[in-house]
Amino acid sequence: MSHPNKTSFTETLCFGAMRLVTYSVVAVSLYIFLDIIFKGFPVLSWNFLTGFPSKGGSEGGILPALLGTFILVSGTIIVALPVGMATAVYLSEYARQGRWNNLLRLSIMTLAGIPSIVYGLFGLGLFVLYFNMGQSILAGCLTLACMVLPTIIVTSEEALRAVPQNLRQASLALGATKWTTIYTNVLPYALPGMLTGSIISIGRAAGETAPILLTAVAFFLPKLPQSLFDQVMALPYHLYILSTQHPDMDKVRPLQYGTALVLLLIVFAVNSLAIYLRISIRKKFRW
Amino acid sequence: MLKDKIIRYILASAASISVLVVLLVFYFLFKESFLFAQANGIKILLGTQWKPVSFFDPSFGVLPLITGSFLVTCIAGLIAIPLGIVIAVYLAEIAGEKEKEILKPLIEILASLPSVVLGFFGLVVLAPLIQKIFNLNSGLTALTGAVLLAVMAIPTITSVSEDALRAVPALYKQASLALGASRLQTIWRVTVPAGLSGIVAAVMLGMGRVIGETMAVLMVTGNAPALTFSPTESARTMTATIASEMGEVAQGSEHYGALFWVGLILLFITFLLVAFSQRILKKYQNFKT
Repeated sequence: MSHPNKTSFTETLCFGAMRLVTYSVVAVSLYIFLDIIFKGFPVLSWNFLTGFPSKGGSEGGILPALLGTFILVSGTIIVALPVGMATAVYLSEYARQGRWNNLLRLSIMTLAGIPSIVYGLFGLGLFVLYFNMGQSILAGCLTLACMVLPTIIVTSEEALRAVPQNLRQASLALGATKWTTIYTNVLPYALPGMLTGSIISIGRAAGETAPILLTAVAFFLPKLPQSLFDQVMALPYHLYILSTQHPDMDKVRPLQYGTALVLLLIVFAVNSLAIYLRISIRKKFRW
Repeated sequence: MLKDKIIRYILASAASISVLVVLLVFYFLFKESFLFAQANGIKILLGTQWKPVSFFDPSFGVLPLITGSFLVTCIAGLIAIPLGIVIAVYLAEIAGEKEKEILKPLIEILASLPSVVLGFFGLVVLAPLIQKIFNLNSGLTALTGAVLLAVMAIPTITSVSEDALRAVPALYKQASLALGASRLQTIWRVTVPAGLSGIVAAVMLGMGRVIGETMAVLMVTGNAPALTFSPTESARTMTATIASEMGEVAQGSEHYGALFWVGLILLFITFLLVAFSQRILKKYQNFKT
């Protein structure tokens, strides 16, 4: 017996019940994914991925939505990554205890908790109307960037703090300035970890619908967007439209499953990349 | 040296962007809803009817929307909180290392599911199921939305609670076991109470996510803005109202202002939940060290 205390019947029963609960939720999780994978997989084809939707979405492919999501996510990262990383460097290396620091942290926590639809309202009020960008790629990217900012900051800061203090001290002791120390002795080690956090936020940006609903997306566009001030189609919104607004549900069901699967695959691919990166960092750096 | 100073300023100004964004979010929601409040008075918001597009007598009582959100959130909580905590306890205290390594990702993967995909699943699989079980005319009910939201909240509640349980010092458990308590007694009388503040924070974070969730509820709750507390009837939440109606309103109209009001209320609720849970988690970290 590994355990000296007596195992009673109630205990066995309780642990069994808890195991049952856990496995049931795992089963639900698996069911959701397998349902979408098995029903979506037969739809995937080259034509589906590279075709335009036709006949009000009842036929054809998802190219403009796929491309739109790609554009929105890239734009979001271009805006959010530098700001997020710079904030993380400031918080971990420069900020001292105090009011300003507390305010910064409270702001980041608040940003992380704001519901995505409220970001949509904010983007509508500020970017679309006040700055007069209209519903556009630019407004959508800026709104999404605000939304993913806290994730990038928090995970990047963690990566920076994981770099041992003596690396900094050694450099400072040799007479290097603070920034030189950060640039040569901290950032190179923290960068992979910082990127991991950013990659996770990419996955989130790709799957979100509510913030771009009010700021960027269009129901259907006959051609691809030409400039930053054009509307786009996006994969999550396309799925929403297909599955709620289409007059003939049963006919487009396969297309809905196909679109859901593509979206799921994108999010998974992005998340697996992050996990892979995290594992390889752990192998590389052992402090 | 000058270069160092400049870089410091650049980094500090990047950091202040976060503060600026938060202020702007509050400012714009206040600004747009203030116009509405000025024109109509706040009283109108306490009405029990949400009929924004009625031609003769549009009314913007947000009460049914608040009760809608409340109803869906409560049912989701009733499902997700016990399940999330039980799973956390199982993973942290009972499951073997190997078992845990397999189970944990399978639960956490739910968190990465885009809400629109979950909504789609709810529409295609869950709604017909609920319609059949309860013998209803339509499967698009508050309950359907709540079940989906519970699926979303479980990974958050589980992973934060599990961290809290793992942080309970091993000494506590050893002392309890040494006194002759069984594993079950140790878990429920020592480990869970010691990690309780972290579990409470986990629940609040999960609930914050639930109340702010838009697409899944928009797709499956049926969206009838009625003042009801029946889980098998259609309900409309605050988030779904904003998402579905904002596309059709004219800027600056009453309806537009009313939707920003709804957003503002939502912002305050989630802000309170986050602030409160952060407070608890912070205390908890002090306790750990």
